[in-house]
Amino acid sequence: MSSLIHARGLIKRFESFTAVDGIDVDVQAGEAFGFLGPNGAGKSSTMRMIGCVSPPTEGELRILGMDPLRDGPAIRARLGVCPQLDNLDVELTVRENLTTYARFFGIPRKVARARADELLDFVQLTERADSKVEPLSGGMKRRLTIARALVNEPDLVLLDEPTTGLDPQARHLVWERLFRLKQQGVTLVLTTHYMDEAEQLCDRLVVMDGGRIVAEGSPRALIEQYSTREVVELRFASEDQGSYADKLAGIADRIEVLPDRVLLYVSDGDDALAEVQRRSLSPASALVRRSSLEDVFLHLTGRTLVD
Amino acid sequence: MTHVFEYHLVNYRRTWRSSALSTLLLPLLTMVGFGLGVGGYVDGGIGGVPYLDWMVPGLIASTAVQAAIGESTWPVLSYFEWLKVYFAQAAAPLRVADILGGHLAFMMFRVLLSVTAFLLVAALFGTLHSVWALAVLPISVLAGLAVAAPVTAYSASVSSDSYLAILVRFAVLPMSLFSGVFFPLDSLPPVLRAVAWALPLSHGVDLSRTATLGLDAGWADLGQVLYLLLWCAAGWFLALRRFGRRLVV
Amino acid sequence: MLTLKLASVRAAGRRSSSVAARNVAALGSAYWLVMLGGFLEPVLYLFSIGVGVGELIGDITLPGGEVVGYAVFVAPAMLASSAMSGALSETTFNFFGKMKFMRLYDGMLATPIRPIEIALGELAWAMIRGNIYSAAFLVIMVAMDLTTPLRALAAFPATVLTGFAFGAAGMATATLIRSWQDFDLIGSAQFALFLFSGTFVPATAYPEVVRWVVEVSPLYRAVDLVRGVTTGTVGWVQVVDVVYLVVLMAGCLMVAGRRMNKLLCK
Repeated sequence: MSSLIHARGLIKRFESFTAVDGIDVDVQAGEAFGFLGPNGAGKSSTMRMIGCVSPPTEGELRILGMDPLRDGPAIRARLGVCPQLDNLDVELTVRENLTTYARFFGIPRKVARARADELLDFVQLTERADSKVEPLSGGMKRRLTIARALVNEPDLVLLDEPTTGLDPQARHLVWERLFRLKQQGVTLVLTTHYMDEAEQLCDRLVVMDGGRIVAEGSPRALIEQYSTREVVELRFASEDQGSYADKLAGIADRIEVLPDRVLLYVSDGDDALAEVQRRSLSPASALVRRSSLEDVFLHLTGRTLVD
Repeated sequence: MTHVFEYHLVNYRRTWRSSALSTLLLPLLTMVGFGLGVGGYVDGGIGGVPYLDWMVPGLIASTAVQAAIGESTWPVLSYFEWLKVYFAQAAAPLRVADILGGHLAFMMFRVLLSVTAFLLVAALFGTLHSVWALAVLPISVLAGLAVAAPVTAYSASVSSDSYLAILVRFAVLPMSLFSGVFFPLDSLPPVLRAVAWALPLSHGVDLSRTATLGLDAGWADLGQVLYLLLWCAAGWFLALRRFGRRLVV
Repeated sequence: MLTLKLASVRAAGRRSSSVAARNVAALGSAYWLVMLGGFLEPVLYLFSIGVGVGELIGDITLPGGEVVGYAVFVAPAMLASSAMSGALSETTFNFFGKMKFMRLYDGMLATPIRPIEIALGELAWAMIRGNIYSAAFLVIMVAMDLTTPLRALAAFPATVLTGFAFGAAGMATATLIRSWQDFDLIGSAQFALFLFSGTFVPATAYPEVVRWVVEVSPLYRAVDLVRGVTTGTVGWVQVVDVVYLVVLMAGCLMVAGRRMNKLLCK
């Protein structure tokens, strides 16, 4: 059994509410694994169970071959955790955040200092080493949190929504750093509700909805399995986008009507668009794009990911 | 100014319950625990007056000053730094003097409230010797403002609440312990006695004591009133300047 | 098996001390002022009440019949109450802030550290601070001739125990607090303890019913213990005091560890 995370029938209940409803997951060493789903899908609860700070209600869970209930401290010694909300120590400087955190793992002071310098360089915060945490930008704080998660040279890094709340430029910087980690062979497990993030970073992912796994595979395999090659997005000037569904019948493999637009799932977008114009259904705007995980999710659950 | 006062009153309607406990219960406990308990061991009282009766007016003045300081420290800082209430008020057609005056008026309202309650309890314990005890109300407001005005100026000048903690620890606590509330000032060494008389609380204590014990008031008492007025005026101008600097940019 | 157990205790101790070390790293530059303030408070009370009011009272008779000056009577009580309030302020207010407001412990729990180790580490830190105050106060007591150097030395462990008991109690309380509003309640309760725990007058001065309420209150037991040592009147009652405080500490630590598990490891 070589998987770093092994879960069977994993359930987490809070009183009457079931956050995670019987999931099976296996994560192998060296892969980047993603939990994709909207808010409330049960991703964070799953991550907390994997991080050994939340006991499973039912089911089997092995992390690094150990039992989270019995061996919590031993497992956490080999994990790196980057939580959804930064919980950096605002009373300490940037460097102290790394060195004191290293001490929590029992890392000798000298090693801790050297590693802190290395990591500050890695997340491009060397110039801010002696600054307090408060004045840092959101992206810098997130990078520092990621550096902190790496301070014990973990076998497995857990990232909960690593780029939520960051501006586009800061996101790309974080992605680029995470991609480097992946290249170094670090096993990454991340949750996200951003399609582009999952497509960029994950070798394999599961789509979660309502505490269950609704699909599993590589981003490309999921798109191939659950969507078409291209998508045409049409916006009509009318209030009621749905009234156009009948008039578009037969053009696409599948049609999705959203409150503000109509999506046509097709193998060739330009052909489909030409057909729309032939039927003189003049949309206010039209866009042809490639299928994404967003479309997979829409197909699987009938809902969009980001509302 | 009345509009600002009204704003603070409306706010107070939501929070009075939690503050009622500390503003009334604590002095009451002090009176029973200390006045009665320790009083039992003070033979013959002070100058022929039972210790409890002697201490209560001092405790009332001290309570007034504590309430004034409570209202002029953290709330003022937070209205500038955290809640930005003053800036919101400055955006309305109010003068700086209205904003400051309204808040100080509310502080005095709080002072009056706790002193009135305390005075009633003190009467029940039979510690008031004269109807002149009613004069404690204006005296408390005077002593309260003499402290609240300069402390408001101080709170408006600092950026972090650790400076407020420093004020409380190094100025307010010593002042409450050495202003003749618990023992006569005469027993202090001359230098400390001079410091005590320079600070406003000791005059509030002395005036209150004269009132509740029904002692004869003389020119010296008038001097004390004037001295407290001086603190009020100086504090007001300092606070007004600080407020003006921060609100009118 | 035994060595395994020892190793795990050693690891737990190391992890707890890394929590305390974090607090040392977080000390601000103005910290010495705060320290000075914390030390000054009981000294001011000692001078105001012990010396100032003491002049009005003269001598006071201890339960055992010994007659001592009022300052000698009040000083150990100030010492015990300041050990209490020092321990409480660090463990209630700061602990709650770190847990809820700064989410500091969420970060710590992602490391090998366990909730009970955080509790022990925070407690150890509060104790370091409180014990510096206590030691300084004892020096002042000796300098003012309110106790002998030997008794002061013996009183130190008694204040350490007092600090630990109230530190644990504060931590257990912090895990039960709902919001900042509750601190008003804690403050009032603390002040009531300060006034009525045989601090300024012997418990026997109160009416019978009140007296027994006072006798079972934790601060009274601490005052009784410290006073017994500094006035050199130790008897069997002081053994009761020690047992009482140890039980209080153990019970509260258990509650704190359990509640933290519940709050942080949902």
